[in-house]
Amino acid sequence: MTSAENLQAFKRDGRIVVVGASLAGLRAAEALRTEGFTGSLTMIGDESGEPYDRPPLSKQVLTGWVPADGTTLPRRRDVDAEWLLGVPAGGLDLATNRVRLTDGREIPFDRVLISTGVRARPWFVESEAALEGVFVVRTREHAEGLQRALSAGPSRVLVIGAGFTGSEIASICRERDIPVTVAELAPAPLVGALGAMIGEVASDLQRAHGVDLRCGVKVTRLEGDAQGRFRRAHFDDGSTIDADVAVVALGGIRNTDWLTGSGLAAGPWGIACDTGCRALTLDGLVTDDVFAAGDVARCPNPVYEYRLISLEHWANAVEQAEIAAHNMVSGQADRWPHLSLPVFWSIQFGVNIKSVGVPTFADEVVVAQGSVADRRFVAAYGYQGRVTAAVSFNNAKWLDHYRQLIETAAPFPPPCPTPDQPADMKPVPVDFPGPQLLAQGATVVVTGHDPGERRVTAAQQHHR
Amino acid sequence: MRVVVDLSRCQGYAQCAFLAPDAFRMHGEEALMYDPTPDDARREQVLRAAAACPVQAILVDRLEGRDAPAKASAS
Repeated sequence: MTSAENLQAFKRDGRIVVVGASLAGLRAAEALRTEGFTGSLTMIGDESGEPYDRPPLSKQVLTGWVPADGTTLPRRRDVDAEWLLGVPAGGLDLATNRVRLTDGREIPFDRVLISTGVRARPWFVESEAALEGVFVVRTREHAEGLQRALSAGPSRVLVIGAGFTGSEIASICRERDIPVTVAELAPAPLVGALGAMIGEVASDLQRAHGVDLRCGVKVTRLEGDAQGRFRRAHFDDGSTIDADVAVVALGGIRNTDWLTGSGLAAGPWGIACDTGCRALTLDGLVTDDVFAAGDVARCPNPVYEYRLISLEHWANAVEQAEIAAHNMVSGQADRWPHLSLPVFWSIQFGVNIKSVGVPTFADEVVVAQGSVADRRFVAAYGYQGRVTAAVSFNNAKWLDHYRQLIETAAPFPPPCPTPDQPADMKPVPVDFPGPQLLAQGATVVVTGHDPGERRVTAAQQHHR
Repeated sequence: MRVVVDLSRCQGYAQCAFLAPDAFRMHGEEALMYDPTPDDARREQVLRAAAACPVQAILVDRLEGRDAPAKASAS
């Protein structure tokens, strides 16, 4: 697609295949039609049924309020696609431009969008994972099974892993008055994503709601009874706990296995792409006909030293889908970069936790406004003297202010924007488990609001 | 009917919970829980809630815009 004529012909009669029919795939399909693509559109998905929303699965569905099959995504428009559902893609041949399905069918394309997302990381011992009462939560079938198990009134639920999903499930258990034990290898819940300060707040929150929280321990074995039902978990400190339900919440695995041998830069960390969502080859060269969006994409973000970042965030899937769709039907000069800052939310223990930016890209954190004791505050994250992220507990209205600070590489610690002065504004080390970040501070700022206007400008020591 | 709320955009103004309490509920001070498939009888209420959202975070499907995958999805 080099000339304008070719592009027009492609928009009129071209063939686009979308692999992965969940949030990102659906939104991209809608955007392609809105952009004026009238060619053939094929949606490939491993799950049967229409695209559905996943965040409610660990919230409204587990409380029993919303049925698991009741989260089908609303449509903004007709996408006039051919849907090939229930069969996963098994391979991608870039020499002949074909997607191979695991049942042997081959689907030709001119351009392809990969939005295959992630799957739940299963318990590492297959026979133990197969015990009745052992769950993961990723699909609606998972959520339905766990909801039924919670409704049966288990004596205790064990949640393995205190990240966002695990913490949300523990919160639901307490809401339903079910005794729950949370086992986490790290020193506190959420610590891997948000650092030690928030980890301590999250620990207090869980314990205040009656969670039996056990940090710094590893579950070594899930034990079943003669009928194959989960009954007991063993920890590495020699202790055990009796429970009827175990929820394995150890994060996800990116669905890139099917791309092995395709020549794309795809691996356990995702599919590397440019800010325009164009996939890279193994050599790191940009492709022109292969795009990636959503949880599986790994895009550079200029605000964070152009590091490749993959995000399992709802808004990221939506935004990348629209950027990818636009770029799939646009000439090089009209392409948009995906420059949004990551945003994320989690609802647990009656608290609305939200974040903007990349909290792991920080060396210090400070309570910038509000009160930790009241669980109503904003924590700002800084890296080498500039603001790089913010996390709010029941204070979401302020996050847009922090988004602007991050995009303009504002100095850290930021001044408190309200009379809501925190008691102690002293920055403390952010303290993430694992390797520290090493590189230098800001070199760019991001400007513009609409996707077509967003641009990066190089900054010369913009901050102090 | 089908609804999805962009909760990364939602700021907890609670206008929706006031206008369509069967479909939108506050969980704690500022977190929103909602029913993604409210009864069609509530459509007017839900549309009013969507229109009133100060940050326009509520997406309601267009009834005509359902390009449902065919049940007999070729295989």
